[in-house]
Amino acid sequence: MTVIYLDNNATTQVAPEVIDAMMPYLRDFYGNPSSMHSFGGQVGQAVRDARSQVAQLIGAEDTEIIFTSCGSEGNNAAIHAALAAQPDKRHIVTTAVEHPAILNVCKHLEKKGYQVTYLSVDGDGELDLMEVEASITGGTALVTTMYANNETGVMFPVEAVGAIAKEQGATFHVDAVQTVGKVPINMADSTIDLLTLSGHKLHAPKGIGALYTRKGFKFRPFLLGGHQERGRRAGTENVPGLIALGKAAELARIDLASVSKEQKMRDRLEKEILQRIPDTSVNGHPLHRLPNTTNIGFKYIEGEAILFLLNQYGVCASSGSACTSGSLEPSHVLRAMGLPYTILHGSIRFSLSRYTTDDEVDTVINVMPEIVGKLRAMSPFSNDEAEWLQDRTEAVATVG
Amino acid sequence: MWDYSEQVLEHFYNPRNHGTMETVEEPDVAVVYGEVGSISCGDALRLHLKIKESTDTILDSRFQTFGCTSAIASSSALTELVKGKTLDEALNITNHEIADFLGGLPEAKMHCSVMGQEALEAAIYKYRGIEVEHHDDDDEGTLICSCFGITETKIRRVAIENDLTEVEQITNYIKAGGGCGTCLANIEDILIEVQAEKAALADRVTAQLDTSAEPAEVPNLTPIQKITLIQQVLDTEVRPMLMADGGNVELYNVEGDRVQVILTGACGSCASSTETLKYAIENKLKILVSPALTVEQVEG
Repeated sequence: MTVIYLDNNATTQVAPEVIDAMMPYLRDFYGNPSSMHSFGGQVGQAVRDARSQVAQLIGAEDTEIIFTSCGSEGNNAAIHAALAAQPDKRHIVTTAVEHPAILNVCKHLEKKGYQVTYLSVDGDGELDLMEVEASITGGTALVTTMYANNETGVMFPVEAVGAIAKEQGATFHVDAVQTVGKVPINMADSTIDLLTLSGHKLHAPKGIGALYTRKGFKFRPFLLGGHQERGRRAGTENVPGLIALGKAAELARIDLASVSKEQKMRDRLEKEILQRIPDTSVNGHPLHRLPNTTNIGFKYIEGEAILFLLNQYGVCASSGSACTSGSLEPSHVLRAMGLPYTILHGSIRFSLSRYTTDDEVDTVINVMPEIVGKLRAMSPFSNDEAEWLQDRTEAVATVG
Repeated sequence: MWDYSEQVLEHFYNPRNHGTMETVEEPDVAVVYGEVGSISCGDALRLHLKIKESTDTILDSRFQTFGCTSAIASSSALTELVKGKTLDEALNITNHEIADFLGGLPEAKMHCSVMGQEALEAAIYKYRGIEVEHHDDDDEGTLICSCFGITETKIRRVAIENDLTEVEQITNYIKAGGGCGTCLANIEDILIEVQAEKAALADRVTAQLDTSAEPAEVPNLTPIQKITLIQQVLDTEVRPMLMADGGNVELYNVEGDRVQVILTGACGSCASSTETLKYAIENKLKILVSPALTVEQVEG
């Protein structure tokens, strides 16, 4: 069965060009870039080129790029550096809808005595800039928000948030793991001090990422040891990985010119599903979001069941339902948006990539009505008026 | 991705008996349904039963389920399991039987089988006009997990029936503690209590089963008479005492003088207590049926 991969916010296919670029550094050029011989030295040149490619994708200078192992490392390192830069400040501002790689670090820091403000979002998943302004004070060491949400694709107005952070002297970190490669980013005229990106979200392999650190920011390393990455991240470079990330960045930069193709397919998928299937709605602001992501709520049915039926057709997507989250609560993002339970458990995220085709979108459009119909026929719920939708949690057996 | 058994996937992709059940006007036939869960919990099941009133037998069954793959598969399995059973037999179906029917469920999904068992109980209680105790008006059923509305009674019951000893297992089976997590310590306390009570159970039951009398000389019994008498003793002398403590015993087979029983619930879990119980039951049977009898415990 052919795979229809619409789960690109989870991870992406490694681009064939990327594989070609990295393979020689697995097979032939295995030298250590720090070595004092030309066999290693030639690898050092390739590393410098890869750094340039990543820098160019986000309008940064080469020296502002630190290679990391993943998005989580980037986020941990950024938070660590921001707090170390202003050790007398003990307040952090973040949002309620961050990735666990931010939220769990913040929770940990709360236990260590930091005060953390979790900004709320509205029903569209958007921040309230008034709340942002009221939350950031002179005592705030760090403001950390995502650029775009992984589940809904909703994009935050990071420059507006950054301007407020700047005014108050707070370091501004942005988790741009879902954004880099999907929309143009230019660090040259940005308020962002630190920015996290991850390779496997933009057609590079897993295990490589980068952290942008603004020139002049006093960066304290998170990982101590050797002098690699100009003393800012110890550990022998993942050479094939960062070569791959460099190539992926170059491809993404070219691709950004044609990203509207993805958006057109996403819009068509969304529109057709909404038209063909009743009691269905898009979660998240319809315009302020990534071009590749749609999160659709199918009322009265459960997401994991939808995924298993989609799986029969080779369609890969994801869900924010409790059953797929590994916890027993549905997605913290959708809950923060205050969505009703009728939608919460039945949300499906489709995330496209440059490899998505119109035929694939057609398949999904064609199978979804049948899948939803099958599950709804089994569901005891069919409208919002049902007595069942009251919050009942106990077995009910009233005599009647 | 969940590691579902083939049977789970088969019942999910080809669910048996889903839908509603209309009330029928036939004499001697009643249609009733039981509900459990809610949309906020993320799974809900409405189980319909068609019951032959004169024999208390389940003629047919339908389910309506809002939930994940394993919730739908468990519902489907349940409808197959109950068909043809009497209501008393159906009430004895445990969530484990539902899970076993499906070739097992991932540990984190065991709550789907619990939901099936509860819906079945709700439907039968409804038919019998018994109101299922609600935590609000049940003193012993203190609400423990407010995220999922789980009472102490329910935690105790699932712990006893499934021999659960870890808090994580309770969360997997009935979700309690899986939300905000503030009740995890309370659940742990309950589990410690349950363990202590279990340990005391065997001794208590042994004391209650008066085994001091001398074995009575019973006239020669035919095999059928013997089995009937054994069954009677188990039903009237042993089971009521076990059930009061959350356990149960079933006669599995009689081969000559070897009586094979299945100990379930609170009885079937710890090796030392089963040994004591087996001995007590054997003594009782020796006294009331035949001194030659021996008792063996077999797995259900």
